Parts: sequence; C-alpha cells; structure tokens
Amino acid sequence: MCATCGCEDGAGVRVQRPGGPVHDAHSPDGLVHDAHDHDSHDHDGPAHQHHDGDVAGRTVMLQQKVLAKNDRLAEVNRAWLLRQGILAINLMSSPGAGKTTLLERTAREAGAALGLAVIEGDQETTLDAGRIEAAGAAVVQINTGAGCHLDAAMVAQGLRVLDPRPGSVLVVENVGNLVCPALFDLGEQARVVIASVTEGADKPVKYPQMFRAADLVLLSKVDLLPYLDFDAARFAADLKGVSPRAEILAISATSGEGMPAWYDWLSQRTPPRS
Amino acid sequence: MHELAITESVVEAVTQRLPDARVICVRLEIGAMSGVVADSVRFCFDLVTDGTNLEGARLEISEPSARGRCRNCGAEFEPDGPIALCSCGSADVAILAGSELRIMSVEVA
Repeated sequence: MCATCGCEDGAGVRVQRPGGPVHDAHSPDGLVHDAHDHDSHDHDGPAHQHHDGDVAGRTVMLQQKVLAKNDRLAEVNRAWLLRQGILAINLMSSPGAGKTTLLERTAREAGAALGLAVIEGDQETTLDAGRIEAAGAAVVQINTGAGCHLDAAMVAQGLRVLDPRPGSVLVVENVGNLVCPALFDLGEQARVVIASVTEGADKPVKYPQMFRAADLVLLSKVDLLPYLDFDAARFAADLKGVSPRAEILAISATSGEGMPAWYDWLSQRTPPRS
Repeated sequence: MHELAITESVVEAVTQRLPDARVICVRLEIGAMSGVVADSVRFCFDLVTDGTNLEGARLEISEPSARGRCRNCGAEFEPDGPIALCSCGSADVAILAGSELRIMSVEVA
C-alpha cells in the first residue's frame, strides 16, 4: 500500500490458523460481513453511501476524512470487542524488535491467566503464528501480501477466524514497520510500541508519528544493555518529548526482566464484560 | 509510505459518492502533522485514478500548517516539524491544526 515499498491494495490478503485452511480476507461472512454491512449501510457518519444525483458542472462538497471507511470499520471492531469484554492491543514495532518473542513468553507465563489470543500480521509466511501456537495461545495469521500494515477490515476477518473468548486479551501483532501502521485504527483499546535497545535510543524522535500514538512503550532486550552504549535516559527524555503520556516498561523476553509488570499492565486494562 | 493506500481511499470514497459523474478536480487537505506526504499522494494519484471516473482529474492539495497550544504555559505556536515542543520546554501540547487528512470537495464536468 506504499508508493515507496510497492505495497498493493487488499488483493492477496490471506487469513489462516497455523496449518489450517486459507480464508480470503475479504470474503463476506461472519464478523467481517457485519463490518462490511455496517460500512455499506452506515447512516451515522458524514461519509455514508448516498449517491449524489444531478451534479454535472459543479463543485460537490465532500468534507470527509480520507480514512473514514477504515475508521468506521475500526469502530465496529471496537464495539464488538468491548461487548465481549476483550482487551485489544495493537502491538507495533520495527521488524526484529521482539514482538513475537514477547508474545511467546507472555503466552507461556501468563497466557492462561490472561486468556491470551493473538492475530499475527506479516507480509508472508505463517512462521510467527506457528511460534505463538507452540507457546500455547490461540492464533490466526494474516498475510498482507505486499501490504505494509494491517487495517480494520483485515482485523475483522482475523477476529471471525480466531473467534476469541469473551474476557480474553487479544494482541494484534502488526506488520513490522514504524511508519505506516500508525495511521490505521484497528479497533484496539490501546497501542503498545516496542523499541529494542539494539535499535538505538533515537527511535522516538525519528518516528514521532508512531510513538506519539503509543499508550505504552516497551523498551525490549534490556538484557543486552551491558554490551551496548544505549542511552536509556536520552530515550526516556526523547519519548517524553514526543508523547508525554506514554508509559515506559523496560523488559527482556529472554531473561524475563520486567515481564510481570507487562502482565500487570494488561490485566489492569481488561474491560469488564457487559 | 502508506500514501498509495491513502490515495486509493480517496478515489474509493469519491467514486462511491459520485459513481456516475466525471470528476475533473479533487481537493484535499493534508496537514503538516498528518503523517502523509502530499507529494507522494500526487505521485500516486494518476496511477490510482487510471480507469476510474476520476481519470485525468486535477489534484489540488492544501497543506495547513501545524498549530499547537502548550498545556503547560498556554502559549500557542507553530511546531517546527513533526515534534511539537513548546519554547517553555514542555512537550505536552494540544495539536490545534495540522493533523487534517480530508477530502474537501470535487469538481464535476
């Protein structure tokens, strides 16, 4: 979906459980059907589907958000998730920051207590879904093909296949990318961004759009700090400059440092079931 | 980066609203802090409109500059770049303008 990286539109998006059948991400059934239905019959937004009649030779005021459709689908997801009492997290980072390793350890240590379920987003392969399944959590893989981010329609389809239990914690692991995913609401209740110490301390100021939207920043791989010249104070100060409200937790999914605080953060945010 | 998807959303929204009209101009508002690069949208526009009822349409983009109000000292200022930092040192800034990403209007033949 990018001019730069050559992403395309929704064509080629696939959703599947590890080893399971492949679903076309835009097949109109289940929850995504509801989502699309809401989209095409929406009557409460400025963008709903009136076809303007005789408009020849004039200016037509539209005054609508470019991402109105994605935002509407995201609201459908959010409402459905809240009704189920599910805490939905949009987990984002650059590739290799440790998203899947974090979720593997979370699944092993706290998966049962949290009721962890995962939607994995990658351009290709079901490798990550296989890792999460082996760690004991329910998972579906979304392959975006050329796409550089998940959108609300893909997550709706992922939810239909995953069918997470009411009261569970759902983590949507976005495509590894510190730029594009920042713009696309998926219907999450919170955004968590991982920055690993091996990436350097300057990431918040280099990618402010991503860090500005974060509710929590996980500083990962802190077991490697003795071998690096990572300036943790500068990282914290820069993050505060971009996003004064974002919390920081220092973690290592290898040594286990900081992981209980992450589990507490999740369990404190699980919404009551309605 | 994501500007192709953004441009596709523009074209989809316009063709849904005006499926039968020949659109000759599209006016967008892309704020300085929207996270979208106007030039990249311009680059994508011809590609994405090809074969639609927007084919050949002119693209006009207004780019409102950013405006922020410091929640610490109350000053209003124009952030310098994508990071809004008040001269009092506070980064707790409400963005008043610059985050727009809107289809304003279209002109039809």
